[in-house]
Amino acid sequence: MTQDPPTTKFVLTLEGVNKTFDGFKAISDLNFYMDKGELRTIIGPNGAGKSTMMDIITGRTRPDTGKVEFDFNTDLTTMNVPEINRLGIGRKFQTPSVYIHHTVFENLLLSLKGPRGVFQALFARTTSEQRDRIEAVLKTIGLTAKKDDLAGSLSHGQKQWLEIGMLLAQDPKLLLVDEPAAGMTDEETHKTGELLLSLEGKHSIIVIEHDMAFVRQIARKVTVLHQGHVLCEGTVDEVQNDERVKEVYLGRKKKN
Amino acid sequence: MRLFSKWELIGVGAAVLLMLVILPCLNAFTPESSWLHVSNFTITVYGKYLCYAMLAISVDLLWGYTGLLSLGQSLFFALGGYMMGMYLMRMIGDLGQYHQPIPDFLVFLGWSTLPAFWKPFSSLPFAMLMAIVLPGLLAGIFGYLAFRSRIRGVYFSILTQALTYAACLLFFRNSLLLGGNNGFTDFKFILGHDTREPATQRGLFVASGVALLLVYLFCKWLTTTKFGKVKRAIRDSENRVMFSGYSTANFKLFIFVLASLIASLAGVLYVPQVGIINPSEMSTDKSLEAVVWVAVGGRGTLVGPVIGAFAVNAMKSWATRAYPDLWLMFLGTMFIVVTIFMPKGIVGLPAQLKAVYQKMAQKNNAGFPVPVDAAVQPVKPE
Repeated sequence: MTQDPPTTKFVLTLEGVNKTFDGFKAISDLNFYMDKGELRTIIGPNGAGKSTMMDIITGRTRPDTGKVEFDFNTDLTTMNVPEINRLGIGRKFQTPSVYIHHTVFENLLLSLKGPRGVFQALFARTTSEQRDRIEAVLKTIGLTAKKDDLAGSLSHGQKQWLEIGMLLAQDPKLLLVDEPAAGMTDEETHKTGELLLSLEGKHSIIVIEHDMAFVRQIARKVTVLHQGHVLCEGTVDEVQNDERVKEVYLGRKKKN
Repeated sequence: MRLFSKWELIGVGAAVLLMLVILPCLNAFTPESSWLHVSNFTITVYGKYLCYAMLAISVDLLWGYTGLLSLGQSLFFALGGYMMGMYLMRMIGDLGQYHQPIPDFLVFLGWSTLPAFWKPFSSLPFAMLMAIVLPGLLAGIFGYLAFRSRIRGVYFSILTQALTYAACLLFFRNSLLLGGNNGFTDFKFILGHDTREPATQRGLFVASGVALLLVYLFCKWLTTTKFGKVKRAIRDSENRVMFSGYSTANFKLFIFVLASLIASLAGVLYVPQVGIINPSEMSTDKSLEAVVWVAVGGRGTLVGPVIGAFAVNAMKSWATRAYPDLWLMFLGTMFIVVTIFMPKGIVGLPAQLKAVYQKMAQKNNAGFPVPVDAAVQPVKPE
């Protein structure tokens, strides 16, 4: 890798990261740099290490070796999930995980940036600024009309948007979005793409995706992961014309 | 968010009137010959149910609201009971079988003076302090270790059950100097009042009713706070809560300790009314029974556990007299039937029946479909 040494320019830096599960090398000497405000798409075949990479960034999994840094040299490898989240790293899961017995409004309320302690939660009051903020997020994700509905009654696509809205409510610096278009109709997928594009610049965003049409809609810079390390990076066209990527996806030649 | 719905207010108001005013008055002021008279026996039995209802609420706070199925609530219930029991044993004075100034079982074990740790228990405030500290500390340490290690679901249930079983075996030992398998009984006085007097029992009954009401109101308030919302969010999607920056372990620890204190309070009030506490109170089947009360009444509500505790125990009183051998089969069958056919318990029955009725009405008017959306939509738990 011949990239500049990491300075404050990067929102996220992974260097020489390794992770082995029971002899299986899920992440192997991974180097990954991301600029502030960037919208990055990560693709890669099954088992390429995409989810493990997300787990390492968000503190769900500790890397065996390597450097994982956020923003101003904040070391993420020693922090746990809630702590990393409070730094401003939000993660959306592949399957929508929202609070089905809470209303859409309450889902967002619980996600708003703010104190997270037990005793603060006992005596918290909803302020009018918080309401305004929730209204703004509702507008962004297009669920204003569903505000008082139970999240469990939403459609699959609406749940995905709500979860993205829950991340936005926290006003995160970095958003990790895992296959947001999975199980969506074409129209919903397109709307999701628009939503992500509208966030570009305001937040740094990593999107993991399989659907190439969707990738083409949103992609600026694409990173291809393979066997736990970065195979290549570039625009959609560059990546799609890369011989190594073709090999990996189409299996023309056996690598190694 | 409104604290009470209209029906809940009416129901709770009626229950308070019945339990705290009508029953005690009918017991105190009507002659025994009158058909209106409420016997001392009835007062004691209902007093017991009030304590069970508090225990059921503590189970539901964990299971129904936070998704933590604890099979260890009977342990905290019994610990509270033992603390009260120690005070009551001290109040026997030298009126025991051996006419010694120490409890009979200690004389039996060859003691002639009181062991040091027994001494402060002649003070009720001290015993009550211990009824808070001991279960709270145990729940705090156990919960801290379990939640920090991210023990969830059925593993949490098994561990709480194991803890309860271990404590039960410990309390069976005579060397613990807490009465072994006989526990404590033959109580004489509480705060200078004879525990066998109807007036004392009535007082304990009213105290249990007031305690249940306060626990109910406190938990009701808790559900309306942001804490209550986080709790239910943990139940529905713990990962999301963690990835929203909440240390779910701390929230679970808080609710686990709180539930242990409520169970302990129930035990404290239970023991002087039934007149005995022994290790069988913390056996695993007692914990399981409390879970059945909650399932039958309706979990995820606060009225449900209270209704469940009364309904199942009333049925138990009847069944253990009419078909003593079949009670456990009966209990098991009830649990299965309720789980499969009445997932929301007795409390959810009206909504369920309404949905069935509307479906039938829809079938009959095939040409004019009746909207059933309102009934089919998931009922929002409080």
